[in-house]
Amino acid sequence: MNAIASRFRASPYHEQGVEQDQNAQDSVLWGSQGGFGNLRAGAPPEFVVPNVPSPTAFLQLHTDDHADPNCRIKIAHGTTTLAFRFRGGIIVAVDSRATAGSYIASGTVKKVIEINKFLLGTMAGGAADCQYWETYLGIQCRLHELRNRERISVAAASKYLSNLVYSYKGMGLSMGTMICGWDKTGPALFYVDSDGTRLKGDVFSVGSGSTFAYGVLDQGYHWELSDEDAQELGRRSIYAAGHRDAFSGNTINLYHVRETGWEFIGNYDVTKMHYDGPGNIPGAPVGGYGYDARVSTV
Amino acid sequence: MEVSFAITGKGYVILAADQNAARSIIKMKADEDKIKALGSHLLMAYSGEPGDTVQFAEYVERNLRLQQMRNNHPLRPQAAASWVRRSIADSLRSRSPYAVNILLGGYDMANKQAKLYWMDYLGTQVDVPFAAHGYGSYFALSLLDREVQKRLVISFPSFKVKVVDEGGVREVELDMTV
Repeated sequence: MNAIASRFRASPYHEQGVEQDQNAQDSVLWGSQGGFGNLRAGAPPEFVVPNVPSPTAFLQLHTDDHADPNCRIKIAHGTTTLAFRFRGGIIVAVDSRATAGSYIASGTVKKVIEINKFLLGTMAGGAADCQYWETYLGIQCRLHELRNRERISVAAASKYLSNLVYSYKGMGLSMGTMICGWDKTGPALFYVDSDGTRLKGDVFSVGSGSTFAYGVLDQGYHWELSDEDAQELGRRSIYAAGHRDAFSGNTINLYHVRETGWEFIGNYDVTKMHYDGPGNIPGAPVGGYGYDARVSTV
Repeated sequence: MEVSFAITGKGYVILAADQNAARSIIKMKADEDKIKALGSHLLMAYSGEPGDTVQFAEYVERNLRLQQMRNNHPLRPQAAASWVRRSIADSLRSRSPYAVNILLGGYDMANKQAKLYWMDYLGTQVDVPFAAHGYGSYFALSLLDREVQKRLVISFPSFKVKVVDEGGVREVELDMTV
């Protein structure tokens, strides 16, 4: 293992001390490259190894093999995700940070999983568990469509997922997800997690930063929100979590689900939101969310 | 931190359960219904391990419905309670037991009697005049009067209340301002 790790450590990137900047992509690329936008064109992709003396010892800190030999790797994953239902549909907003203990493993994670044109799932807990099973859910939803000549309801899709994860209860699955979509009944939102809980609701937030997001969300939420105000509320809530929660941050991804299906609204840098705000967008305030509010002496 | 109560009276059983769905310190939902109607004269309040509760309640609901369809007659409260208890006991001895506590109240149309059964996740079943699950039981069982509301440390803002009597199952609006 050490030999493998040292081989990666000796990569020219680290010897020359060149920092790979995975954030240096255009925000326009978000949602358009199936999550592979961070791969540099041309050159073969490389692993980024934590910049520590012994990567294996470092990894040991984040494994659970002493507790349960069957679960060799358990990378805890701090997150903030939220979704809420309102007059104009559903707003889905998430951060993009992936952490393993105190280490920020990535700042460009896609935590909204596009199940199909009308269904979105969010990712909290185990990234692989969410990604795999929600993609699997997408396959089953398509099969339902082909068999029954109509789209699956959000209630049915979320129940399919909750029954599925319930059948794996106690076997180490870790996911806290919101299934959002538009069906015959209008906008619908369900919370589903790996202990088998499935809740229908209007406002949900999941992850280590959810308390902070709930704080902003609950005080600004009402059913009659305009589209712009709702999007701003989602953005502002994830910003609040990104600001206060050490395990959330980097960027915000914002989606809006309407009768015609979901739409990707944008990717916003949390630090930029703090100092400058989202810019000239309807519903958004002039200036940054946080900096001026804290330093101006007016 | 869940709580459910039930009281029998002359010709009725009344069940109440809190409406919270909480994950650690976060209350994710405040209008969850934790009392299921298992027939025209049978109610079941359930609490316990998240996930298990709803799965078990739906399992019971569907099976009792099936028995009613097969025999063209619903199970009487006593029989339904035995079936539910047996399900819990069987599951307890399986690889993944349901950790669910139950209050089952029903009105027996055959002998015009209201019945209440207290069951826990270990398969204990008792026929009782009043019962409670959760922290509320520490107060309710000794007092079972207005003191419940005054002394309960974890005071829930709302309760779903359902009655079963000769007329069948119905919901009751509870005035919490008293």
